[in-house]
Amino acid sequence: MKGDRIFLGALRALSGLSLALLLVFVGLLAHQAWPALRHSGLSFLSSSDWDPGSDGFGALALIYGTVVSSVLALVIAVPVSVAAALCLTEVFSKRVAWLVSFLIEMLAAIPSVVFGLWGIFVLAPFFRSGLQPFLSEKLSFLPLFSGPPLGVGMLTAGVVLAIMITPTLTALSREVFASIPRIQREAALALGATAWETISLSVLKSARSGLATAVILAWGRALGETMAVTMVIGNRPQIQASLFAPAQTLASVLANEYAEASGDLHLSALSAVGLALLLVSLLVHGLSRVLIKRGSAA
Amino acid sequence: MSRFRNPYRKWKSRVLLSLLGLGALAAVFPLVMILLHLVREGWSALNLAFFTETQKPVGELGGGMAHSILGTLGLVGLASGIGIPLGLASGVYLSEYGGTGQRSGERLAGWVRFALELFSSTPSILIGVFVYGLVVVPMKHFSLLAGALALALILIPLVARTSEELLRLVPGSLREAGLALGIPRWKVILHIVLGSARPAVLASLVLAVARIAGETAPLVFTSFGSPSFVKGITEPTSALPLQIYTYAISPFEEWHRMAWAGALLLVALVLILNAVMRVLSHGLGGGAHE
Repeated sequence: MKGDRIFLGALRALSGLSLALLLVFVGLLAHQAWPALRHSGLSFLSSSDWDPGSDGFGALALIYGTVVSSVLALVIAVPVSVAAALCLTEVFSKRVAWLVSFLIEMLAAIPSVVFGLWGIFVLAPFFRSGLQPFLSEKLSFLPLFSGPPLGVGMLTAGVVLAIMITPTLTALSREVFASIPRIQREAALALGATAWETISLSVLKSARSGLATAVILAWGRALGETMAVTMVIGNRPQIQASLFAPAQTLASVLANEYAEASGDLHLSALSAVGLALLLVSLLVHGLSRVLIKRGSAA
Repeated sequence: MSRFRNPYRKWKSRVLLSLLGLGALAAVFPLVMILLHLVREGWSALNLAFFTETQKPVGELGGGMAHSILGTLGLVGLASGIGIPLGLASGVYLSEYGGTGQRSGERLAGWVRFALELFSSTPSILIGVFVYGLVVVPMKHFSLLAGALALALILIPLVARTSEELLRLVPGSLREAGLALGIPRWKVILHIVLGSARPAVLASLVLAVARIAGETAPLVFTSFGSPSFVKGITEPTSALPLQIYTYAISPFEEWHRMAWAGALLLVALVLILNAVMRVLSHGLGGGAHE
């Protein structure tokens, strides 16, 4: 049939465009990054000296900022999201669960820049005058909570990121819990387990590998998050023990410097940063795929 | 006889369940706080001038975000015009020719699926970097066209994935019935398959467009921003999220007020679209999403 052949041909061409664009994307990024990678060599990864003014292009501090801010976000968001998801599937009545998950979905729909705005004008001032002085007074022996309370910095970025990935993480964990057969819970209840014992014995135990996948997927999102982080992290490429100190991530340096790069080498170095960010998010994404495959094979 | 002989177990269960409840509360709390601040800070700056005037120079009171609203409409409109047909084509291709669990589809479909997945897991700022190299550098300046292309690149995998899922929900018997009547396959796909999934697909399209309307990162170095109305498709343009960013990181009080008002408008738009679609999709037989 002629019509069918034309139709399929058109679909192939239109869909194949994405594949072609992906190849161009990776090729272009690598091509742009090449001069800077040749200029800096291995020190691109090992040096934390990011100083475009004097051609110092070491991305270590940016990688550090990306990893620490996103891990911090996970540390905060994982317990909250898992608890919320457990409430949705195990504790709340259907109507309350619908309302709560509706609200969490609405949180997911809020644009990144609005989280940033709220972070700058509400969260950061609160951290500067409330939380950070409190933490450094009570926990001053920890280097994590030392230094001047600036408001903007790694801690604020981590908290904003945590809020942003909570909806994703809650939705994913909820799916994991919901997929556990009802009979498993009934078995625990029949043995006289309390509500909590049922959750910990028959829900949490079997959900472990599914939860690990959910965490990795949320981590991937946190790594690449740009606008909100750029607005609250302080944008200083440095490695500091204190969570109060300003930092910089791979994504936020792009947002800050790409449009106003000071020269060809700077632009190339920023492309190399983009390449590093792409590799990191692909690695994390690949890891989640491996976990999903292993989970469905078991 | 009490159900639990050991009261410790009962209390432990109660305490831990309340902790879980606190977790759920903590997950919802930021939403309430953000909405509260948005209304409190943004409401007062939402006046007529906000919708009719453009950015005033630093120091002058007043001004508005009309140029950003227009810019967002232009960017999102053009991005939808490019991204929705391409995304739908990919969704149809993957669901109808991409194979199922048992039957393997065309080899190209596997690669397309791979490419779309990589694009959707790529941080959106990198889409901006890509379009900068692809469009802005050759054209030698920032433009609405570049911004729209960046948004379209985010839209395509989004539309492709949801439409593929929705089309897969259409029972195979419907397709077979059409084919048995001698209707060509392309007509079966366009009229019967797409037709029966139409309400759910439309809802998912609205959600996808609402998603890209709030994107900032891919616009920072493609459409770049501008303090006045956009002059043409090849000129730089402001957009609501972009202007909120510019205003927010500025040191001027008056601009902060504008940022809050803009954010209130943006969030109201996005949330209303989302809420309406979620509630509607419960009633739509296709049952779009959870």
